[in-house]
Order: sequence, then C-alpha cells, then structure tokens
Amino acid sequence: MTFLTYLISGISLGSVYAIIALGYTMVYGIAKMLNFAHGDVIMVGAYIAYCVMSYLGLSPIVSVIAAMIVCTLLGIIIERLAYKPLRSAASLAVLITAIGVSYFLQNSALLIWGSATKIFPTVVAGDGVSLFGGQVRITAVALTTILTCVVIMIALTMFIKMTKIGKAMRAVSEDKGAAQLMGINVNGTISVTFAIGSALAAIAGVLLCSAYPNLMPTTGSLPGIKAFTAAVFGGIGSIPGAMLGGILLGIIEIFAKAYISTQLSDAIVFAVLIIVLLVKPTGLLGKQIHEKV
Amino acid sequence: MSETMLKVDNLNVYYGNIHAIKGVSFEVNRGEIVTLIGANGAGKTTTLQTISGLLRSRTGSVEFMGENLFHVAPHKIVSHGLAQVPEGRRVFTQMSVEENLEMGAYTRAKSEIADSIAYVYEQFPRLKERRRQVAGTLSGGEQQMLAMGRALMSKPQLLMLDEPSMGLAPILVEQIFDIIRNLHKDGVTILLVEQNAQMALSVADRGYVLEVGSIATTGTGMELLENDAVRRAYLGG
Repeated sequence: MTFLTYLISGISLGSVYAIIALGYTMVYGIAKMLNFAHGDVIMVGAYIAYCVMSYLGLSPIVSVIAAMIVCTLLGIIIERLAYKPLRSAASLAVLITAIGVSYFLQNSALLIWGSATKIFPTVVAGDGVSLFGGQVRITAVALTTILTCVVIMIALTMFIKMTKIGKAMRAVSEDKGAAQLMGINVNGTISVTFAIGSALAAIAGVLLCSAYPNLMPTTGSLPGIKAFTAAVFGGIGSIPGAMLGGILLGIIEIFAKAYISTQLSDAIVFAVLIIVLLVKPTGLLGKQIHEKV
Repeated sequence: MSETMLKVDNLNVYYGNIHAIKGVSFEVNRGEIVTLIGANGAGKTTTLQTISGLLRSRTGSVEFMGENLFHVAPHKIVSHGLAQVPEGRRVFTQMSVEENLEMGAYTRAKSEIADSIAYVYEQFPRLKERRRQVAGTLSGGEQQMLAMGRALMSKPQLLMLDEPSMGLAPILVEQIFDIIRNLHKDGVTILLVEQNAQMALSVADRGYVLEVGSIATTGTGMELLENDAVRRAYLGG
C-alpha cells in the first residue's frame, strides 16, 4: 500500500512538472526557443500569491487569479522586450538572453522579497481522501494538483484543436512564412503563447508551493529545469508529450527517493532522461516530420 | 488599355551582401495571366516573396489596386486581395485538409467561408474526398491542389503561384494548368512563376524573363515562345 501512496504523490508532483512543461513545450513549438526564464515565472507567481494571501488577506482563489494576471503580463513583457528583438538572431543569442532574464527575475525577487525563506500558506483546505480503510491517504493538495492538471490538459487540447487562435498557433508552429501569407499575425500568436504559458506557470507556482511550502527566489529554478527535462522527455513541442513526460518524471523522482536514495533522486531522474534520449532522440511522443515531395 | 492591378517598381532585394533582385519592375493588369520565367536562382521566388512582404526591398514600391503595399506588414497583405501559393506548396502538414482551407480564410468572418469551401471543393473534388485527412499524407499533386485551394479561400483578386508544376508528373502538370485556366475564367488575375516555361508561356497573356535578378525580355506569351533567345535558354531549342 505504501507503493500506491508513493505513486499518488509521484503523479501529484509530476502534475506540477507537467503544467510547467506545457509552458516550455508550447513556446518551443511556436517560437522555436527555449525560454529558460520560465521556471522563474513560477517563482514570481508563487510570490504574488503569497503576498495577496499574507499581506492583503484575500482568499486563495483570488491569490491564484492575481498571480495568473501578473504572470501573464510578465510573460508578454519578457517576450516583447527580451525575445522579440532577437526573432531573427542566432538561437544561441536567444538562449543566453533567456538565461539572463532568468537571473534578472531571481535577483529582482531577491531585491523585492529578500533572501529569507517565506513559508507559503495553505491554499487547499480539507483532509483529503482515505482509501482502503485509511491505508492510502491522498492529501487535499495532491488531489487538487492532479485534478487541476487534468482540467488544464483537456482545456488546452480543446483550445489548440478547436479555436481559431489555437489553429493559428499550430499553423505558426509549422511554418511562420506560410502562416503570414494566410494573414496570421505571427508576433501576436507568439505573445498569446507566452501569455498562456505564463498563466499556467502561475498556477504551477501556487501548486508547487502548496506541496513544498518553502518559497525563495530560487524556488523556480530546479522545478523549471526538471519540467524542461520532462518536456524533452515527452518530446518537446508536443502537448501530450509534456503531460506524459511531466507525470512520468514525477513518479520516477518519488520512487527514486522512496526506494533508492533521497540524495541521488535528481541524478536518477536525469539519468533516465539521458537513456530515453539515447534510445529515442525525439522524446517519447516527439514526431520526426518527414517531408513529402 | 485595361486597369493596372499590380505595379512593381524598381525592387532591389539583398540576402546579406548578395544582391538578389536588381531593379525589377513589371506590371500585371486586371484579368491577365502574367508569367515570370527564368532559371533557378534568377530571383523569381524572391520577387514574389517581396510582393507578399516576407522579404523587404531596399528601394522602389509595390502598388496593388492603387495602394502602396511596400510598408504593409506581411500578415496584412492577404486582406488587400493578394494571395500567394508558395513554392514547395508549404501546406500545414499536421493539420487536416479542411483546417488548411480554414487557415486560408483566416482574415475572413467565419460566416463567409462556407461558400468558399464549397467553391474550392468544386474546383478540386479530390480535396473534398480527403477533407478530414492530415495534409502531410496527401500526394504531391494533392498538396499542390490544397495549396491553391487554401490561397483561393481568401477570395483573392490576384493569385500569385510559385512553381505550381514543381515535382509533379506531366499529367498532373496538365491538370494544374487546366485549373489555372479555370480560375482565370472565373475572373481571378494570375501572376505565375514557373521554370516550365513552355507551359507557362502557353497559358500566359504576357511574360517577363528574369535573368540573374533583372528582367531581360518581355512580351506576349506568343512572342516569347517564338523568341530565339528564349527558346534557346528555356525551351530546349
């Protein structure tokens, strides 16, 4: 029964990775860049939610919404100021800029909120669920995280598949030039992508800090890197891939911690990534696109 | 004299330091089929991409139905009535046939596009059969039809076709040119870029011959077909 408990907490942690990984994979799919500042947007989201709850005394729901609004704007501004001017630059320049933005956000947080760890308040009230006569307990946070992840996955898939903007995003991700010939505003589409990714990052930040309540300016970086790993693991550019990669990564991490070694768990996670990429370089659900002449 | 629809004046386009288009000027009148022919690398595609705004010229102007498109953002050009079928088709391979057509009508209201979809399916019955299929699984000829259908979805006044015959079997080339004639009959003005000079000149009212970035010769389709220099260079004798 402890196995089941571990599995559930793995899925829960993995759900957070998955939500973060969506931001990486969408931005990569559409703007063809790795936004390494994405993890730090999570941290900003968590701080905003923290402030709204602790200083303004508002409800968790309001705090999540506030965090989403701030992060959405932040995502759009980062894209406009830092990445848009580099649209036709070498990808290495964009990558280095993203790392720069990451440090900028971390240091800004340090300046605003200080280096002392903040203890994130409880967002999800309730006792959770007991299964098998109390042998397996699912905390309310874990349950909320998993459900949120499922809802986001379904909503995002529908959005991409059905809506006009969603279709435009797919068109831009395949061929920017052809998309422009159709009348699609590529810059606008990229902004929307950053906005969605950053709003999801805010949700991920709140969920992450609900489960692991130590909030500091570097809170976002390791989960950010792991979620990036998850996105690559699942096949970068693929939305279901990001979800699958995230959840598997969470499960592997928790199992590694539980059954092998707490210290080595991160090493094991990355070792799994390396093995998967050796066997399947495009990731689990990544597609190799063949052109037909 | 019929109305000038597209007036391209003195384009100079560079790729880095390479001067790809050197002072190209030409015109397309309403109701015409005009062709730009020339060898690989002569600048045909570059010219079309400059008209569509994907590339920028350092000088000159592109005037379309009295409006200067020179500084218009590329995604705003299609709504002026100018559509392009790009070289290599460039359909959205992971989207369905119908979704590709919807993208072609991106700038139009949803309520208006049903008629256009019906029109495209009438022109290309093959596409209707495959409407739910992902575009990447279509054959080359079907992809060309899809690329043309997609461009028609914007209800263009002027359709620019870039190498529609490229890589297609002769029978499909015939079919594509039949469709071009049909579209022309339906009132669409056509600017056709082709390496298949024989086919292009035989449907065109007028043609321009591009050589290393400049216009070398111009004339009616017939004149160019009979022009010795053109015959030697592009028609194999």
